[in-house]
Amino acid sequence: MVVKIPAKAVVSASTALGMVAALTACGSGEESGDQTLTYWASNQGASVEEDKKVLEPVLDRFTEETGVEVELEVIPWSELYNRILTAVSSGDGPDVLNIGNTWAASLQKTGAFVPYEGEDLEAAGGEGRFVETSFATGGAEGEPPTSVPLYGLSYALFYNPTMFEEAGIEEPPSTWEEFTDTAEKLTKDTDGDGETDQYGFTMEAGSERQNSHFAHVLGMQQGGQLWGDGPSFSSPEVVDGVKMRLDMMTEQEIVDPSNAEFSDGTQSIGDFVDERAAMMMMQGSARTTLASRDFDNYEVAQIPMMDPLPGEPIQSHAAGINISVFNDTDDKEAALQLVEHLTSPEEQVYLSQEFQTLPVATEAYDNEELQSESMDTFRTILTDHAAPMPLIPEEGQMETVLGESIAGLFADAATGSEITEADVRKAMEEAETQMNAAN
Amino acid sequence: MTETPGFRWFRRIILTFLTVFTVLPLYVLVVTSVKPLENVRGLFTWVPERITFQPYVDMWSTIPLARYLTNSLIVTISATVLALIISVLAAYPLARLRFRGKRVFSMTVLSTQMFPGILFLLPLFLMFVQGEEILGIQLTGSYTGLIITYLTFALPFSIWMLAGYLSAIPEGLEEAAMIDGTGRIGALVRVILPVARPGILAVGVFAFITAWGEVLFASVLTDTQTRTLSIGLKLYTSQVDTLWNELLAASLTISLPVIIAFMLVQRHLVSGLSAGAVK
Amino acid sequence: MSTTEDTEEPRPRAEEEAPAAAPEDSGIRKRRRRPDFLPYGMVLPAAVMELLIHIIPMILGIYIAFTSLTQLTIRNWTSAPFVGLDNFVRGLDPSGALGSDLFQSLLRTLVYTVLVVGISWALGMAAAVALNTRFRGRGVLRTLFLVPYALPVYVAAIIWAFMFNQRDGMINRLLVQDLGLLGERPFWLIGENAFWVLVVVSIWRLWPFAFLMLLAALQSIPEDMYEAAAIDGASTWKRFTGITMPMVRSSNAVVLLVMGLWTFNEFNIPFLLFGDVSPDSARLISPLIYEHSFVNWNFGLGAAMSVLLLAALVIASAVYVRMVLPKGNGND
Repeated sequence: MVVKIPAKAVVSASTALGMVAALTACGSGEESGDQTLTYWASNQGASVEEDKKVLEPVLDRFTEETGVEVELEVIPWSELYNRILTAVSSGDGPDVLNIGNTWAASLQKTGAFVPYEGEDLEAAGGEGRFVETSFATGGAEGEPPTSVPLYGLSYALFYNPTMFEEAGIEEPPSTWEEFTDTAEKLTKDTDGDGETDQYGFTMEAGSERQNSHFAHVLGMQQGGQLWGDGPSFSSPEVVDGVKMRLDMMTEQEIVDPSNAEFSDGTQSIGDFVDERAAMMMMQGSARTTLASRDFDNYEVAQIPMMDPLPGEPIQSHAAGINISVFNDTDDKEAALQLVEHLTSPEEQVYLSQEFQTLPVATEAYDNEELQSESMDTFRTILTDHAAPMPLIPEEGQMETVLGESIAGLFADAATGSEITEADVRKAMEEAETQMNAAN
Repeated sequence: MTETPGFRWFRRIILTFLTVFTVLPLYVLVVTSVKPLENVRGLFTWVPERITFQPYVDMWSTIPLARYLTNSLIVTISATVLALIISVLAAYPLARLRFRGKRVFSMTVLSTQMFPGILFLLPLFLMFVQGEEILGIQLTGSYTGLIITYLTFALPFSIWMLAGYLSAIPEGLEEAAMIDGTGRIGALVRVILPVARPGILAVGVFAFITAWGEVLFASVLTDTQTRTLSIGLKLYTSQVDTLWNELLAASLTISLPVIIAFMLVQRHLVSGLSAGAVK
Repeated sequence: MSTTEDTEEPRPRAEEEAPAAAPEDSGIRKRRRRPDFLPYGMVLPAAVMELLIHIIPMILGIYIAFTSLTQLTIRNWTSAPFVGLDNFVRGLDPSGALGSDLFQSLLRTLVYTVLVVGISWALGMAAAVALNTRFRGRGVLRTLFLVPYALPVYVAAIIWAFMFNQRDGMINRLLVQDLGLLGERPFWLIGENAFWVLVVVSIWRLWPFAFLMLLAALQSIPEDMYEAAAIDGASTWKRFTGITMPMVRSSNAVVLLVMGLWTFNEFNIPFLLFGDVSPDSARLISPLIYEHSFVNWNFGLGAAMSVLLLAALVIASAVYVRMVLPKGNGND
């Protein structure tokens, strides 16, 4: 009796733990067989489910060709970075995965991805296949890239031709001066209640990413850059670049102060669709959103440039999604084959239409289905007027720190504070100190 | 208790304020979930332009909501049941028996409430990965890892509350049973547990709620197949758009069962907590 | 739902029971002489789980604070170089950029915690006192007040974010358009106001918990104590301060402690309201550490900052326990 009691306790304890073990059996994932690849795709379309529908035929064609099955998981952007982290630290990841191309240098440093060099690069299609500016995003300069482009993207100026016509504007602006004039003409009080309800321009002023991207673009037009040996946000050129965009809200008042709160990448598109704003600068993928809102009353043009231009003719960072092969893959050959398949001109034609991206294979641009004026515009921007964001391991952090600090300036601007050049410089210096302190 | 007019006024004011405070967001939740998307996008309107239940239909196909719901239920219910078993077992000796290290044990358990989740999230994940290699049990991306994590999160408070509750139950009850020849565990199961039902219910509700809404650990420990609701709902926001009406419709749908369950047990809940809390 | 009148089952009263310790000379004790493993067997599962999920990861986390675990080393984390106090020096130096940020955030979190816990407690107490009396509809209110606590935190955060939208949200519609209290639509989710939004949303989520726990405590106060006081002519306020407060003192102490710890470590609400990076005015310490760890992949630095957070909580709790809980936590 006496001994029996603790035994019972032990039994009940082990029952509890036993249940845990039993649950394990149903929870564990299936091991990938020898001819199965796991592929993590990023979410490009309207939803994860939509993306699956788009990608499945592509992967079926791959299986037909090679006999290799592909298990697809589409991962939303909000989770992708953490999922990559877990995969890298555990060694238990997919065989092939998509990454945001600005993460390339950072993820390269982990050593978790197969470097594309020599035969491996050839197996993935070879350098010659890719659009040069996109290919440059694959990793840090001077090192074999660990990612190759999959979807190309670039910013462009979207405008509403009807609103342009009503205001008597014939051409989209090509310099910033023209841009300001145009936007001022389009900013007005349409219902006469004393409040401006239509603006010339809309932007995601609260978005770290968009803020950083345009600090990069405008900084380069001014003749500077975000990163030299270290952060150079407070260089006069970058400060001027950042100020240009702030002025749109404060001095020129061509941007609704409400935009300071826009941060998810779709709110300014909403304003554009609702004709609360006549112009926006977005990446090509915004066309998916516009389509989902049944809005096609828009044209695209190149991003304005400074005239005279003190710096580089840059209009966008070389945006896009890259694709990498995980070092721990059991079947590197098949994994590289999948990369080759996804970046092949044929599949690129299909994918770029489905996701409103730009082909990364040069050859795909010759395809008849892709001939359009807007495609030409995006292509010109990507190939002739795009430069990658700094190819540094700290890029992700830089976008956060710099973008947040600009968002903070916009927040001040929107709540009525005047923003002087000194304010911008001070904010940029603080962001620099932050970057330096953490690295 | 006699009520003075002053007290009645206090009661009226405070309850009105709290009702408005509580109801406003709930009203927004309900009213938005039956608006068509165009109506959701512009300026907030108190009354829908027209009422549509389409969001309640569409929400199931936009994201695999049913699967996330199943996942959440499996994880939460398992974690709750296990947390209850383990905390009853631990609370009983704390309330009734004398043993060395009792104080150390109870203080240690309670002090884990201080640990910032952010500090042990990555180590826990790394340990799970090691555990997988050593034990061959899938802990990341599976229900198991999440269940043992959540059940442990609920333990400190549950043990503390149950210990308080159990020690308030007259000792004579199980002594009588034990004189009849039942062992201590037998007495606990047959005599104490039925009496302690309200306390156990209260603790169960707490454990359930702790697990039901957790975001941080779920975002690292789940994958597409095992994703739980609290992070799955995020998928109504894509690169392209946020489907506010479907998001809120889904939120309401998944909250309703919890709220109804809460209503059903709330009477017992208060009495269950009551005895535990006075200690 | 039976929400109308009080039909709570009889519950054991604290004052009826003997001291919790097992009586030395009870019948069971006499029958056994061997060392008693029973209590250890019973607490074992809990101890094992706590050890596995809380304590070991915690120790590992503290270890990581002394290593340089970054994107360079994460792939093989066990061999991340040991860097001694480097992370602490860099992250916690109050004159450095990171340290000054961290201490500011620590201070902000403290203010936030005091506000949220204080107001939640006050609201919870007021509601508990009000609902501990009999009147029509009290069952309905009691259930209603628990809804925010039962709602998944994600849902709570997104509704509020939706409501606080500057241009189209319900709050500004109410304040500017419907009530005309303000001429211009203020921003809530960015700038200085973000802090107050965070406080409001956190209170909305937390106060029902205080309410629930305090209502339970109030119900264990025997009615006759109030009746006796009423006969002596004590005012409502006197009865509150003279009977209610002392009677719920120990519940209060623990409820405040637990709420304080939860609130100080709050991550979900700011993260869901503001995303990866909170506005400066609302940057609490947990999201700040998250930013360093999971956005920048500088886990050593993040861990060093968390250790500071932990130390702050340990000290605060120790002081609190000394001052408020003279007899320990009541479980022994």
